Amino acid sequence: MANASTGGHVQGLGATMRKDAWWQGPALTAGILSLWLVYYAFAAAQGKYYSAGPYISPFYIAYEHPASVTDMSPGYAWFGFWPDSWPAFFPPALVMGALPGMFRMTCYYYRKAYYRSFFGMPPGCAVGPVPHDYRGETFLLVFQNLHRYTLYIAIALLPLLYLDAIKGLWYDGRPGIGLGTVLLGANAVLLTGYTLGCHAWRHLVGGKLNCFSCDGASEARHGLWGRVTWLNERHQQFAWSSLIMIAICDIYIRSVSMGVIPDINTWSGVTWIGDFH
Amino acid sequence: MSEPAKRKRTLRAWRGDASGGKFEEYTVEVDQGMVVLDLVHRAQRDAEGAGDMACRWNCKAGKCGSCSMEINGKPKLACMTRLGDYAPDEVIQVQPLKTFPIIRDLTTDVSWNYEQNKKIAPFTPPPRPEGDYRMKQKDVDRIQEFRKCIECFLCQDTCHVLRDHDKKAPATQPAGKPPQGFIGPRFMIRVAQLDMHPLDTVDRIPKLKEEWGSGYCNITKCCTEVCPEHINITDNGIIPMKERVVDRFYDPITMLLSKLGGGSKRTVQK
Repeated sequence: MANASTGGHVQGLGATMRKDAWWQGPALTAGILSLWLVYYAFAAAQGKYYSAGPYISPFYIAYEHPASVTDMSPGYAWFGFWPDSWPAFFPPALVMGALPGMFRMTCYYYRKAYYRSFFGMPPGCAVGPVPHDYRGETFLLVFQNLHRYTLYIAIALLPLLYLDAIKGLWYDGRPGIGLGTVLLGANAVLLTGYTLGCHAWRHLVGGKLNCFSCDGASEARHGLWGRVTWLNERHQQFAWSSLIMIAICDIYIRSVSMGVIPDINTWSGVTWIGDFH
Repeated sequence: MSEPAKRKRTLRAWRGDASGGKFEEYTVEVDQGMVVLDLVHRAQRDAEGAGDMACRWNCKAGKCGSCSMEINGKPKLACMTRLGDYAPDEVIQVQPLKTFPIIRDLTTDVSWNYEQNKKIAPFTPPPRPEGDYRMKQKDVDRIQEFRKCIECFLCQDTCHVLRDHDKKAPATQPAGKPPQGFIGPRFMIRVAQLDMHPLDTVDRIPKLKEEWGSGYCNITKCCTEVCPEHINITDNGIIPMKERVVDRFYDPITMLLSKLGGGSKRTVQK
């Protein structure tokens, strides 16, 4: 009920005078992110079915187990094999996922998404938040200020995504292309759009300057800043599309690897996992 | 032929002052194209008991920022909110801004905002050179967006730091303590407007972190959602300022590079 002393406003978690379905957006965000995380945990913990023919799941970037290597193996282990002694309770896919995961966790767009959807800080605009001694990002959440370091890691991982996609253009000693190649290529492009549209990146490439016309370098950085701004204005779209595309790639490769569906490609038209070497 | 019946709308307005109050309902005739401010004025004119309903307004064109209120729970300008945006039988509920102390009915005391503005050192260019100051359009494109602000304070009203947690920056910051409150999105973009100006000579970044509480903002973007001038407050103002704070206080590499380069060339605001 409205409290008369506060201009008819209401207090408490979720309390609002809004009459629209304000909760739909946060609920959808919470649902999709939760589903994605559950699927990722399953895929990472499973530890197999992550590659098929010339493809490797983006969850298993730069991962290859020695036991899976064959003469036809495309060789995804860009930095060598993971040691056999690696503890089973901490799958390599979780390690490789944690690196871009930290980038997403500290991302300015995702902060909005999860502060609203998971932590109720606040759940919606003009909607009552979780009652607590709010300190914002001045105390425990101060680590959010190191977002740019997670960006550096995310940028360093981008070439690996392209390398994995390019690997998908060669199989059985012949060039070609398959649906998996297309998906991995799209995944690399979307992740590039997301990573290079980052607010911290936009700041570093030129946003930190006060004068864009003072010398040749600042003129050049202004041009770069403008291009990053174009991506930044679409940061939310890239954030979601790239997140979903990672899962689509994994689902596709996992399904081919498990023999649920065949791969469609130029090497032999329709290839079931048994026909891949 | 008989004249078509006039359409009617029910206005549910909060009536009262700091000591208390309640919602009152007024049903009044409306015409096509009316906005919520028209409905309030029509109720003042026609409805019994509504003649003395307090409502601040001025330009009726979305440029003075006076008629800010909460309409069906959302912070909006009454003069820019069309009745046609609502279902024909939907009650229009109006309330004063939640974040600021109530004066009476739909009016609130927003003077805290003006006190925050006074804390921020004004634009301070270097001594005038021979001829005139020179800069290019590309240098001021960014800050011209912030100059569209009409100071309606809807962003301040919807900011949960101020609205729900009541972390308004106090008049004075106790020495040696973490920031005791936040100046709010309106003044984050005021600082951005000054800090990004190529001719400005004042360094406000330490104040922004230590006293004006930039760290309280957790980027939930409600300020951007309610801005009637469509200023991208969060992406273009707040986040760039938070990144400048990171440069100065959190990122060891930029801190080192800044030190090697002799630090900020601007004069730190005391």
